[in-house]
Amino acid sequence: MLLVPCPWCGPRGSAEFRFVGDASSRPDASAPKPDEWRAYLYAQANEADWTTETWYHRAGCRRYFKVERHRVSNEVRSAP
Amino acid sequence: MSGRLGPQPGEEIDRQAPLAFTWNGDEHRGFAGDTIASALTAAGVSVFSRSFKYHRPRGLLAATFHDPGCTVQVGDEPNVRGAHRQLAEGMVVQPQNAWPSLHRDVKAANQLAGRFLGAGFYYKTFIKPQRLWPAYQRVLSRFAAGGRVTDQPAEDRFDQRYAHVDVCVAGGGPAGMAAAIAAAGAGARVLLVEEEYRLGGHLRFGSETELSTLADLHRAVAGLENLEVVTNGVVAGRYDDNWLSVVERQRGPVFERLVKVRARTVVVAPGLIERPYVFDGNDEPGVLLSTAVRRLVKLWAVRPGERAVVLTANDEGDAAVDDLRRAGVDVVRVVDARSGGDVVQAEGGGRGEHRRVRRVTLGSGERIECDLFVTAVGWTAPTTLLNLAGDRPAFSAVANRFLPGGLAHPSVLATGGLAGDGSLDALIEHGQASGREAARRAGSGAATAIPALPVVAHPPLFRSRTHGMVDFSEDVSSKDIVAAAAEGYDSIELVKRFTTATMGPAQGKLETVNLVAVLAEANGKTIEETGTTVWRPPYAPITLGALAGRGFEPVRYSPMQPWHEAHGASPLVAGDWIRPDHYGDPDAEVRNVRSNVGIIDVTPLGKLDLRGPDVAQLLNLLYVNLWSKLAIGGVRYGVMCAEDGVVLDDGVTGRLGPEHYVMTTTSSGAGTVWEWILNWLQTEHPEWRVHVTPVTTAFASMNLAGPASRELLARLVADVDLAPESFKYMQVRQGTVAGVAGCFMWRIGFTGELSYELHVPAAYGLHVWEACLEAGANLGIRAFGVEAQRIMRLEKGHFIVGQDTDGLTQAFAVGLGSLVKLEKQDFAGRPELVWQQERGDYQRLVGLQPVDPRCVPAEGCQIIERVDGYTQIVGRITSSRMSPTLDRSICLGFVAPHLSHPDAVVRVRLPDGTDVSARVMEQHAHFDPDGARLRG
Repeated sequence: MLLVPCPWCGPRGSAEFRFVGDASSRPDASAPKPDEWRAYLYAQANEADWTTETWYHRAGCRRYFKVERHRVSNEVRSAP
Repeated sequence: MSGRLGPQPGEEIDRQAPLAFTWNGDEHRGFAGDTIASALTAAGVSVFSRSFKYHRPRGLLAATFHDPGCTVQVGDEPNVRGAHRQLAEGMVVQPQNAWPSLHRDVKAANQLAGRFLGAGFYYKTFIKPQRLWPAYQRVLSRFAAGGRVTDQPAEDRFDQRYAHVDVCVAGGGPAGMAAAIAAAGAGARVLLVEEEYRLGGHLRFGSETELSTLADLHRAVAGLENLEVVTNGVVAGRYDDNWLSVVERQRGPVFERLVKVRARTVVVAPGLIERPYVFDGNDEPGVLLSTAVRRLVKLWAVRPGERAVVLTANDEGDAAVDDLRRAGVDVVRVVDARSGGDVVQAEGGGRGEHRRVRRVTLGSGERIECDLFVTAVGWTAPTTLLNLAGDRPAFSAVANRFLPGGLAHPSVLATGGLAGDGSLDALIEHGQASGREAARRAGSGAATAIPALPVVAHPPLFRSRTHGMVDFSEDVSSKDIVAAAAEGYDSIELVKRFTTATMGPAQGKLETVNLVAVLAEANGKTIEETGTTVWRPPYAPITLGALAGRGFEPVRYSPMQPWHEAHGASPLVAGDWIRPDHYGDPDAEVRNVRSNVGIIDVTPLGKLDLRGPDVAQLLNLLYVNLWSKLAIGGVRYGVMCAEDGVVLDDGVTGRLGPEHYVMTTTSSGAGTVWEWILNWLQTEHPEWRVHVTPVTTAFASMNLAGPASRELLARLVADVDLAPESFKYMQVRQGTVAGVAGCFMWRIGFTGELSYELHVPAAYGLHVWEACLEAGANLGIRAFGVEAQRIMRLEKGHFIVGQDTDGLTQAFAVGLGSLVKLEKQDFAGRPELVWQQERGDYQRLVGLQPVDPRCVPAEGCQIIERVDGYTQIVGRITSSRMSPTLDRSICLGFVAPHLSHPDAVVRVRLPDGTDVSARVMEQHAHFDPDGARLRG
C-alpha cells in the first residue's frame, strides 16, 4: 500500500484516501467540444513517466490535493 | 527401523511431556516439541501421503514447512503441513489424497498409466466434447488432491492487527537474529519474524559451538524491549513503501492473525532452502535431504534409518554423515559428488505406510542396499521478498544458485545465506552490519554500502543422467519438462504454466532451480540465459480466515431504534444504516397513510448545512435546475448529475436565510454528495465563500404523511402558522415541536400525501417520535417502514436514484426535460446533457401497468420486441409492486423512444420465460397525478 504525502497530515497509507484521477483541468462547459470534453472525462494518459494526480484524504483532513507519482516505480512525491 | 534416540544436545522435544495422537486410526505417542512428521518417523512410519497426480507413496523429504510429502488432515483441518505443525495432545491425523486408504490406493493405477499422464494431459484429453464437461468434472474432482473441508462453520478465531516499526527482519536464523539485535541496539523498533517455532535457523541443528553461539543470540534478543519476535509466522508479502503482510500462526485461541506492518526498512534473511537432486526414484520414501536428516537427529532425536548412503557435495552433507554416525546409523557409503560421485536410481520396496528405499544404484553401476539415502547437492535462494522490492536475482555460476541482483529498493536489504556464503562469524557480522544499516536508513540516514559476503564455489548438481521428480507437489518430472520444451514451450514462464511445475503447494521453494536447470539443458542453453520465474506473494499460504480477520463492520441506528425494536420492526440493511423495513404489514401501513396519518423514520436522509454568500452559485453548479430565485422559506427539488451527465443524486434543498440553506440528499448518496461538493469548492472554485457541514446524524428525521398530518402537527407546534395559505407545499419553517426548539419542518411529500418532514436535534428524536404517536393516537397514526414508502412513491411515480437509474442514466432519460436548464452557462454534466438532448435516442423512464392487474413482473425483467425475426431488448422494468391503493400491479421502467408514448403496449419477459403485456402510461404517477392530495 502506497504512502501518500498529504500536505496537511503527512505520509499516510493510501487506504485513507480516494484516488480522484489525473489532475487535468476542466474544459469550458458553456461551449464544449466533444473530443475535448470526453478526453477530460475518460482519457487518462499512461506514459512511463511522472504524472500529476488528485487525491482526496477522506479518512483524514478531507482535503483534495495534488501529488506526483511515477507510473513505473510507483514513487510518490508532493506536487510543487 | 527408525526409533527415538537418547538425549541429543540441543534437542527440542520435552521428554517429560508425552503426547498421545492417532494417525490413520492407529494410536501413537510423541513428545511436546515433535512435529507430526517427526513423531511418525520415530514410530517407524515412512509414507505420509500419496502424490498429486500419480498417487505415488511419499514420505519426508525436507522436514520443514515446505516439505511436499507431509501434507495431512488434522481433525477437520485440511492441508496441514505435517513436517512443520507441532504435535498436540489428542490430535487426530489422517492422510490425504489416498482413496480408499493409504495402503491400497486405487488411484495409484495412475502410476501404471503414467506415460499417458504427461504434461498437458488433462488440457488435451478432456477438452472435447464440451457436453461431457460436467461428467469429466465429477470424475476428476474425486481424483483432485487436498483434504476434506468441513461444511460446518469454523470454530477457529482469526484476527488482524497493525504494526508500525522501523525495521522488520524476515527470517530468524543467525544473520537475521544478529540484524535484529543490531538494529534494536541502535534504538530502532524492530519486528523479527521466523517461520519455525524457534529462532536459530540452522544453528538449532548445528555443532556444540553453534549451539553455544545460538544461546548467546537468544540472550541478546531476550534483553531488548524494542525487539518483538514472531515465531511460527511468515512475512508473506512486501508491497509499496514496505507495507508487509505478516502471518502469526496459532497464537493461543487465535488460529491465525494477519499483521499489517509498515516498516521503514526491511532486512531479508530467509536463509537457504536445500535442493533435491533429480534422478530416477528420487521421490521414494527414505530419500531425504541432508538438512532433513540433521533435523530429525538433532531437534527431535529420531533415528532416520539403519543403513544409509549419502551423496554429498558440501559441508552440510558431510555434517549429516557425522550426525548419522553419532546416532548409530550405519553409513555404508559416502558418495562424494565433489570428486565425481553420482547416483542414478533409488528403488523402493515394502507395503503401505512402510514402503521405503531399499537400494540405490551409483553412477558407476554399483548397487548398494540401504534404507536411507541422503542427498546434499546445493541450495535454492528464496528471493521472494527481494523480487517484490524490485530485484531480479542473478544466477551465479560459481555458487550455482541465484544471488541478489542488487536492484532491490534501498529500504530493503538482504543478509545471511541469501546474500552469500562465509563462516558463521562472517554471516553474523554481515547480519549486524545490515541491522545497523537498516536502522540508519530507517532514521533517514544516507545509505552506505555493506561489505559483501564472499561467494563460495559449489558444484553444479541438478539432475543425474536419469529422469526424476522436479516438482514433488505437482508430480512434474524432468521428463515432462523435456517433453514440454520439445512441444515448443521453451521459455521458463511457458513451461511453468504448461507443466504446472512450481505452481503447487511448495510454490517453487524446492523445485525452481531444478526446473530452470532441466529446461536449460533441454534447450541447450545456460541457466543464466534461461532465467527464472517471478516469485509472487504470499511466501507461504495464508488462511482465508486470517485475510478476512475479525468482523468490524460499523452500523448506524437512528435515535428511534429502541422504539422500532419494541414494536416489531423488520430490519433492513441500507448501506451503513439499519432501518425498519416494515412493522408486519406494509400494505396496511400504506392504506393507513392514504386514509389517516403515518410516521416514518427517515433519519438516514443526507443533510448538509450550507452557509455563505455564494451558496446559490454552488447550487446552480451542482444541480441541473435553477436556484437563483429561491425565496427564503422556499424549498426546491433538484437533480445532480456527474460530469458525464449521469444522474448522481436528487433531493430537496431549502433556503432558511439570506445565506443559509439546508440540502437533503438520498440516504445512500449522503457521503458521495458531500465529497462531490468539497471537490468543487476546493479544486474548481476555491474563491467561493461557502461553508458546508454534514448534519445527517445531528438531526433525527421523521415524516408525518397522510390527510391528518396537519391536524397532528398542530397539536405539537405552537410557534409556526400551519395554515395551508401560510405554510404552503414546498416550503420550510423552523420552530418548536413537542417542546423541542430548533426543529425544521419541511412541507414536502415523497408519498404523495400531505406531509411534513421534521428534522429535530438528534438527542430529542425519540421524544418527538413518541410525542407524535401519542398526539396522533385518536387520528389513527401508525408507523410505516421503508417498504410502505417505496410502494407509495411508486404509486406516485417518483424514481429512486440507483433503483430506477443506473450508471448510464443521463438526466433526460428519467423525464426531467423541463427541469434541466441548459441555458445555464455551466453546471456539472451540462455538455453531455446538451448532446443527449440533441441525439434524442435514449430510452425513457415511463410508468407501466401490466394488462393483467395481478401480475407483478420482477424488477429487472427485460422488455423485448421481435424485430426482423430476432428478439431484441428494448427496455427493462426498474421498479414493480402491487399497489394496495389501486389494487393492481404498477411499474416504472425504461423503454425505447418509439415505445415511450401513452398506450403503447410492450412485452415483458418474466424470469420463467413467459411473456406478459404491459401498457405504457401517460405519466409516471399511477395515483393522483395532479398532486391534489399533497397540495391540500
